[in-house]
Amino acid sequence: MVNRRSFLNLSGAAGLSLLGTRLAFGQAKGPAAPARPRALVVVVQRGALDGLSAVVPYAEPAYYDARPNLAIAPPGKGDESALKLDARFGLHPALAALKPLFDGGKLAVVHAAGSPDPTRSHFDAQDYVESGTPGVKATADGWLNRALAARAAGGGAPLRAVALQPSMPRILFGPVPAVAFASMGEFRLKGKAAESDAAARSFAEMYDEAVDRSLRETAGGAFEASKRLQALRAGAEGPANGAAYPATPLGRRLREVAQLLRADVGLEVAVTDCGGWDTHAGQGNARGQLATRLRDFGNSLAAFATDLGERLGEVCLISATEFGRTVRENGTGGTDHGHGSVMFVLGGGVRGRKVYARWGKGLDAANLHEGRDLPATTDHRDVFAEALRAQFKLGSVAAVFPGYEPKPERRLGLFG
Amino acid sequence: MRKLIVSAPLALAPLFVALGCSGGGPAKAPPAAARAAPAAAATKAEPPPAPLPPPEPAAVQRAVHALNRLGYGPRPGEAEAVARAGVDAWVARQLEPASIDDRAFEARLARLSIPSLSMSTAELQEHYPRPKAAKKAAAMAALGAGGAAVADEPKMKPAAIVQELAAQKLLRAVASERQLQEVLVDFWFNHFNVFAEKDKVRWYVTSYERDVIRPRIFGRFRDLLGATARSPAMLVYLDNYRSVAEGAAGRGKARGLNENYARELLELHTLGVDGGYTQDDVRAVARAFTGWTVERPDGDAVFAFRPRAHDREPKAVLGAMIYAGGEADGERVLDVVAAHPSTARFVAKKLARRFVADEPPPELVERLADAFAESDGRLAAVYAELFRSPEFWAEGARGAKTKTPFEFAASALRALGASYDGGPGLVRRVEQLGEPLYRCQPPTGFADTADAWVNAGALINRLNFGLDAAGGRLPGVAFDRARLAGEGPAADAGALVDRVAGSLLSAPASGPTRATIVEALGRRAAGHADEEPAATHPLLPQALGLVLGSPEFQKR
Repeated sequence: MVNRRSFLNLSGAAGLSLLGTRLAFGQAKGPAAPARPRALVVVVQRGALDGLSAVVPYAEPAYYDARPNLAIAPPGKGDESALKLDARFGLHPALAALKPLFDGGKLAVVHAAGSPDPTRSHFDAQDYVESGTPGVKATADGWLNRALAARAAGGGAPLRAVALQPSMPRILFGPVPAVAFASMGEFRLKGKAAESDAAARSFAEMYDEAVDRSLRETAGGAFEASKRLQALRAGAEGPANGAAYPATPLGRRLREVAQLLRADVGLEVAVTDCGGWDTHAGQGNARGQLATRLRDFGNSLAAFATDLGERLGEVCLISATEFGRTVRENGTGGTDHGHGSVMFVLGGGVRGRKVYARWGKGLDAANLHEGRDLPATTDHRDVFAEALRAQFKLGSVAAVFPGYEPKPERRLGLFG
Repeated sequence: MRKLIVSAPLALAPLFVALGCSGGGPAKAPPAAARAAPAAAATKAEPPPAPLPPPEPAAVQRAVHALNRLGYGPRPGEAEAVARAGVDAWVARQLEPASIDDRAFEARLARLSIPSLSMSTAELQEHYPRPKAAKKAAAMAALGAGGAAVADEPKMKPAAIVQELAAQKLLRAVASERQLQEVLVDFWFNHFNVFAEKDKVRWYVTSYERDVIRPRIFGRFRDLLGATARSPAMLVYLDNYRSVAEGAAGRGKARGLNENYARELLELHTLGVDGGYTQDDVRAVARAFTGWTVERPDGDAVFAFRPRAHDREPKAVLGAMIYAGGEADGERVLDVVAAHPSTARFVAKKLARRFVADEPPPELVERLADAFAESDGRLAAVYAELFRSPEFWAEGARGAKTKTPFEFAASALRALGASYDGGPGLVRRVEQLGEPLYRCQPPTGFADTADAWVNAGALINRLNFGLDAAGGRLPGVAFDRARLAGEGPAADAGALVDRVAGSLLSAPASGPTRATIVEALGRRAAGHADEEPAATHPLLPQALGLVLGSPEFQKR
């Protein structure tokens, strides 16, 4: 945690100008740039994404049988058909922005991914995605925080772990200090500089001795991170490489994640979320409710990749949702809570241009989970663990995912 | 909503007998003391009689706790008034809101004339139409009128409905004397959460809170549950209005079963996720509710049962067979789940978490569940058990809950003795704090534990809110700053801080908080002589802002 002394040091003139110098060099390449930590970005799609619409198993007649109104046409049937990824799968047309990333080898798809726990409760299932201990509710912390704790070479930067959302997500609960804020612009004490500095100093002193431990620790990190961000905002630049983010919460948040990465503030993990995936009714097909959400998602990720440019090589972004949706469409033009869904893996070192899927007999009735859902043949943690090994060079993930054993035969080989 | 107002002293005497109030019981709360409570609250306008001796510090501490938990925190001087009149008497009156004279507040709310609050759903749809519908109506009127002037009143935007409802919620939390009622409306709305931005819910949510939730929070759980199940807001929010029996004759698009309401009914409204139901139960419950729908959704939007959409086959729900084969199937399901022991425990734990601690003592939860079961789900009996429990009053429970953003905002205004004009600015500020009122998308409602609300960004937002509040920069909020500084000069910075903390916290500030503010005042109080009135101290706003942002003000 941060004590008063470190806060006062940081707020001093020397600290700020030093930071400014680093920022100025942050954009330059070459020996002046400090060694940068590799970063992991996790996007949680809350509400249960319909994986069968996002990445369409167009070769399966059962898919078209089960979804007379919702199915996406196979590739080559016009504007509203799936975009071919391989002989079995195609992207939803609203995800067109991701197609060049897939073709360029920077994006991989993991299909039939999910939790080994069969719950159809959003809240339990999201909890398991974030705690990393499916079926165990008593886990107090999140796997991404445990991963930072396990990372030997980890730095102590106040912006080491950031959640771009209004509340701290479960995935970042734990011993390593993390900060959450809805946007960089909001994350500072307002008012004239002299007044807000004085107030900041007073609050820092007060909270340094707060009885409530979580308030005390949160505040310590908050003041330090806020100071850093103010310096960063002074030299704020727009997105690089002409990246055009959608004007949506997800677009705005990923733009700020990219900004933090480009500014070299020592960011190691960033988390954000997006909602609206719980499409029980009026889901739509190539157009409609789900298509709108997917377009935002695809365009945001594509802008993020463009923005980072070369730097994408040091970053890995993973998307995950708590579970998928029923294979069969329901009576209200939607889908109900199911099981397996899809994950996207974008960035450096990813062996892209491939749909990783232990598909087996696919959507054959006998193959379905509880007779109705796409099974989850790849554990979320299989993907997370491979990313942690690749990005953070973790030798073992035993401390990150207690009770989970990565089996060699389950290895996807997503990185390398 | 429109309850008969009974004058307080009359209603009190029988109440003590009925409730056997906690902490010393009726003997310590004689009628004379009980009468002083409404007097203190109701006669603010009149000059106070001769100064009374200060109340016992222990009684003041209990009063602060009661005001923080049954309400949205003490206003300046309120804890002393409650302590003097008897904390148990205050609690008892809160449990019987009709016994509290709230006419002054209701009159003030009426004077603000926020139009949507008293409108029916049909009126809301007419006066706050969808932009498209409004345009069409205007075009039709222009065409059909044949030149005759159509001087229709200007239409309001639909988004204003939710904004006005949120303003109402803030107004009530800040200024209603029926504090527990407002806390419980918040609690039960959140328990049966609907998201105002889903489909047509925006037009239904005003009536949902006013006519479905508010009148039933002291009644039987089963009645509250049943009313939510039949409400257009819930039927639309959780999709049941479109759920029809598999294979039922449908017009146009394929129609069939939708499990959404059935699952959340079991998981979030009644049994809880570990309450012992299966996917088969979810399915059977969904079938039982087929045909429960909304008629005239663009008009008065009322509940309707459509026999042709209903699955008439028998269903097994949690071991009970349901054969009725009609509208009664859903009612039968509600009977079964409301009476299930898991529901008693789930509701008990949720209430204990709200009122006692994030991790409430299991023995307390057990007793509350018993009270729920033994009283056939009479909620007033559960509340009474809760507020007389030693766990509620335990030293360790005091200040143990972290305020939600809404609680923080409301309590800050109350602490300042502020009034609010019902405008949209303050609603937006609460949203910025992280709690967009009536716009919580998932059916869980907003979290009621600290971990969801304590984080760096939220904390900075709170500090900004406190500084803005104290500096008079919150839109639509007014208060008398000088009154909070007390009469005459303060001997020194320490004395000033003690006065400010006394006003805002109803308790002394902690050592570090006090020292920090004294130091801040000392550093920057140039030009202020100690013999000048404290009310004109140039750093009074800063001192108030620091107290509102202090760690102790984040707790309740």
